[in-house]
Amino acid sequence: MPSPRSLFDKVWDAHAVRELPSGETQLFIGLHLIHEVTSPQAFAMLHEAGLPVRFPKRTFATVDHIIPTDTQLRPLSDSLAEAMMAELENNCRKHDIALFDPASGHQGIVHVIGPELGLTQPATTIACGDSHTSTHGAFGAIAFGIGTSQVRDVLATQCLNLARPKVRRIDVTGKLGGGVYAKDVILAIIRKLGVKGGVGFAYEYGGEVIDSMTLEERLTVCNMSIEGGARVGYINPDETTFAYLQGREFSPSGDAWGRAVDWWRSMASDGGAPYDDRVELAGADIEPSVTWGINPGQNCGVNERLPFPEDVPSDEQGSVREALDFMELRSGEPLAGTPVDVAFIGSCTNGRISDLREAARVARMGKVAPGVRTLVVPGSQAVARQAEEEGLDEVFKSAGFDWREPGCSMCLAMNPDKLIGQEICASSSNRNFKGRQGSPTGRTLLMSPAMVAAAAIKGAVVDVREVL
Amino acid sequence: MTEARIDHVKGRAAVVRGDDIDTDRIIPARFMRCVTFDGLGEYAFHDDRAQAKGDHALDDERFLGANILVVGRNFGCGSSREHAPQALMRFGFNAFIGGSFAEIFAGNCTALGLPCVTLEADDLSALMDSVSAEPTQEVEIDLEAREVRCAVGIFPANVRDGTRQQLLEGTWNATAVLLEAGDAIEGTAGRLPYLSGFAG
Repeated sequence: MPSPRSLFDKVWDAHAVRELPSGETQLFIGLHLIHEVTSPQAFAMLHEAGLPVRFPKRTFATVDHIIPTDTQLRPLSDSLAEAMMAELENNCRKHDIALFDPASGHQGIVHVIGPELGLTQPATTIACGDSHTSTHGAFGAIAFGIGTSQVRDVLATQCLNLARPKVRRIDVTGKLGGGVYAKDVILAIIRKLGVKGGVGFAYEYGGEVIDSMTLEERLTVCNMSIEGGARVGYINPDETTFAYLQGREFSPSGDAWGRAVDWWRSMASDGGAPYDDRVELAGADIEPSVTWGINPGQNCGVNERLPFPEDVPSDEQGSVREALDFMELRSGEPLAGTPVDVAFIGSCTNGRISDLREAARVARMGKVAPGVRTLVVPGSQAVARQAEEEGLDEVFKSAGFDWREPGCSMCLAMNPDKLIGQEICASSSNRNFKGRQGSPTGRTLLMSPAMVAAAAIKGAVVDVREVL
Repeated sequence: MTEARIDHVKGRAAVVRGDDIDTDRIIPARFMRCVTFDGLGEYAFHDDRAQAKGDHALDDERFLGANILVVGRNFGCGSSREHAPQALMRFGFNAFIGGSFAEIFAGNCTALGLPCVTLEADDLSALMDSVSAEPTQEVEIDLEAREVRCAVGIFPANVRDGTRQQLLEGTWNATAVLLEAGDAIEGTAGRLPYLSGFAG
């Protein structure tokens, strides 16, 4: 009997073209996703080298980072953004690459549309010039965020040279309490293991809490793997995965469906597979969480008191001081009650239909507090259509929320959606880095979409369990 | 096709202290509204520098002309944007010494021929203090010997074997190496059932 293996090892070995002289592996990439920010220079390098795109049917493009969310009409009002979009269109046309632009009806954040179109499938390798490519691991894909030179490599060869990471199994056991979401689970994992704890590892998430999650919740967990330093995070495919995939545009159909499911099942981690490390968290211990600092590991339960620098290990005290100074938050006090200026619901972490449903459930209970600016940004055109069909847009609008067009928006503020000055933003996105939301002094509090909606209504951070 | 072989880098160093410095700080996203990397150098650490009002290593006259950047732990975490090492390279840095580096950032650096080497905590601290006190000293990264040499000593430097070999052999631009696999690429693709749509 062959020895048990993890999904990671099976997928890696199935995609290995050869071992390179450097000791790294030449890995075949089954799906390549591109967008307007990190691809133009890659195409320019390709053109300079006189190379064709090796597998044009395995690359798909969309526009997400720079797209405005008030109107997507062309030409875009920002001439730099318009130039980026035009460049993407030219490159896709020239190389016969499918582009999901606003006119296609399938435009959206690259990590939202891959799954919803059925492009993201179990046991595949995926690469995209975006660190949140780890999202696709929710299907049991091994998905890598890459830089622009590597986008060039994938265009030219459909391969990457990669060092094989170690694999850490993370079990979340038991059950979550009410008002505790997938976002809180991944924030708790990052808090426990640290923002550098995952460097050199792929994370395999499992355990009862993960097993009982919907596919969309799993996407939220895998999305933020990179915030814990892990370039890759994944969850073994199961019935939840297959049910999500069946009937989607690029999913296998007819006789091929059964063969696909058989193969996907065979690629899941075997019982007794070896791991380089194992970590366990109890689901019952996880609280609705909010970040208080300037990296996603600096988070705690909404009612927990913020740390004193003296209470953390000496080599972390500087970071804690810098974070509290920047955020103008005080040790010994909880985040609950902190006034917010802006509420942002969206992003590749939490811009899916299930996120909007949870936020709308809270929005139904009140009106946006006076003076709070809000943005509700669906992750894709398909999410927007679904939300409008369910009347969620009207729920948000009648509660005073601003309902927008799909894109990355204020997660990274490459489009006109930005914080101003020192504004504090309750945000369902993934990064609370200094300046991340468009103002160098702007402040971000990461939390679940339901918590963001609750903060918008109360005008301050609040435990969503008090509202539900 | 091979690139330049990089076995050592020497020159003056600049020190940016602090852990977990993310790529949004190295190059804020608003400066990535562009279709080339040209001109990114002037925006390296733009907002940190503005907030420091001149009191930032990249504006410190004593570090003028430095080509080695000395940093803390988990440098370059966050976004995969190659704009970050591109901005630092265009500012004038061609090598990094740190406590540790985020994985995607380090990979992007290798693809540009920019070595990232790490030192043990005490050694890094000694190097930072030495360079801060005496910024005109010559610092040398010797990839062959896996060492960093400076005024206060010779420190063992860690660098991943594969990365080191690519830099030493001038094969850090991966496209040419990957193309050498030839038909083996299609061979691997042919064995993956999903690439044929799970045809029977």
